Amino acid sequence: MAEPLLDVRGVTLQYKTKDHLVTATYRVGFQVFRSDRYVILGPSGCGKSTLLKSVGGYIEPVEGEMRLGGSPIRKPGPDRVMVFQEFDQLLPWKTVRENVTFALTASGRLPRRLAGEKAMHYIQKVNLGKFADSYPHTLSGGMKQRVAIARGMAMEPEILLMDEPFAALDALTRRKMQDELLQLWDDTHFTVLFVTHSIPEAVLVGNRILLLSPHPGQVKAELNSTGKDEPGADGQRLSQRIQRMLFAEEVAEEVAAHA
Amino acid sequence: MPDSTVQVQRPEFVAESQSKLFGVVEKPLTVGERLYGNSAVRKGALLLLLALGWELYARKVDNPLVFPTFTATVEAFVGAITSGVIPQRTWASIKVLLQGYSVGLVLAALLTAFATASRLGTDLLETLTAMFNPLPSIALLPLAVLWFGLGNNSLIFVLIHAVLWSVALNTHAGFRSVSQTLRMVGRNYGLSGPRYVTQILIPAAFPNILTGLKIGWAFAWRTLIAAELVFGVSQGSGGLGWYVFENKNLLEIANVFAGLFTVILIGLVVENLIFRTIEQRTIRRWGMQH
Repeated sequence: MAEPLLDVRGVTLQYKTKDHLVTATYRVGFQVFRSDRYVILGPSGCGKSTLLKSVGGYIEPVEGEMRLGGSPIRKPGPDRVMVFQEFDQLLPWKTVRENVTFALTASGRLPRRLAGEKAMHYIQKVNLGKFADSYPHTLSGGMKQRVAIARGMAMEPEILLMDEPFAALDALTRRKMQDELLQLWDDTHFTVLFVTHSIPEAVLVGNRILLLSPHPGQVKAELNSTGKDEPGADGQRLSQRIQRMLFAEEVAEEVAAHA
Repeated sequence: MPDSTVQVQRPEFVAESQSKLFGVVEKPLTVGERLYGNSAVRKGALLLLLALGWELYARKVDNPLVFPTFTATVEAFVGAITSGVIPQRTWASIKVLLQGYSVGLVLAALLTAFATASRLGTDLLETLTAMFNPLPSIALLPLAVLWFGLGNNSLIFVLIHAVLWSVALNTHAGFRSVSQTLRMVGRNYGLSGPRYVTQILIPAAFPNILTGLKIGWAFAWRTLIAAELVFGVSQGSGGLGWYVFENKNLLEIANVFAGLFTVILIGLVVENLIFRTIEQRTIRRWGMQH
């Protein structure tokens, strides 16, 4: 088997709120290989976003280690580009084109002129060529997310980290963006680590799904997905299996509580 | 009577496009509507009304030693401009103002940098602004005169005090309100230290910084004129404040009004031309302020 691109081993993450020390994940481990569309799926409170930020280098694990291409992750860097859920991830004082160019020049990837060309290439890929000189506040939510994706892809990072990138969009746009993401992936087979709390999104977008249970986040299962959600050998669809795994306990607990 | 539990059956249909049937989707407003929609026109009309009221009242009072008419003031104003007195006094004031303003900005930048870099710096900034921001700069003038003598240095000292706190306070507040996402984006692309400050923090906090600059300017201008009223003759040619004071002593009340008029005019120009233009080219264009 090939070497994993991202190797996460026994990672425990904690963060402080005003009056608590919260354990977000407890000894989570997983491996992402090149060209994976790796999805981390779990209910809120399972620490999936914290986990992604930790891969991004923003939060240091209190236990365990994370390696990207063999070297340990210590701080944020342009080899792992984050796409966030929030629309304000674009710099409002830069146009669409400048936002993408800025990423390339600030990180020292490319000199200005080449950066401009590459930026346009990726902006056209997400079908925003006509809006290259628009400021972000004039774009819709879906378009902003497409710019953020173009910016992330233009960086050609080792791994693209997506933190519920479509969660703030309306259902129709969201559905469209998922298809567009898959089309982009068909093009270049980039590696993406994708966090979501939506089972259909995980099944559609991912080829491998990591299920986390909440409080604190722990690995529950790792499943393969074809993206089609067809009934398997046991007659169950993948989404049904996931649903059962995530909610079986809850139901059992509730039954016990009411008994 | 129909059975209400049974759903009514209807045929489905698909609508034809009606795009040819409706007339205008967009139509320009009338000239009157557009004029009234323009705030410059509305404000200009108000100014005209005020000037008219002034003229009428002054004629009724009929005492140029107390309240000269609008036309007399305009005459004095035009006269003082053509004779070069007002431009010269204005330049004297503005020169001092710019000196004080720029030194104030540099100090504010240093203080904010210190406050952004460390917790103790934040505490220092907060404590100092809490102490000095409520203190009117003009109240420091006697001390300034004691320390720096009669002259521009004292003026610059009180101007720095007028500018420093509001700029530092607003810039620091602006930096703190930069969203976590933007901060993470900046660090993601490898920005740190001064590049992080200039490329992420300053533009992201620009609405606050601009507010600080505006408040600082307003404080400084008021303070300067007030301070000049007290002294300003030491350099041989005082500023606008001194011009007002001087003419009051000479009982040239129309000139006093012309001086005040210039003070107002410069305030308006800076506020409505300079700062408004900066606003429109930056934060409005970026959608950071509406």
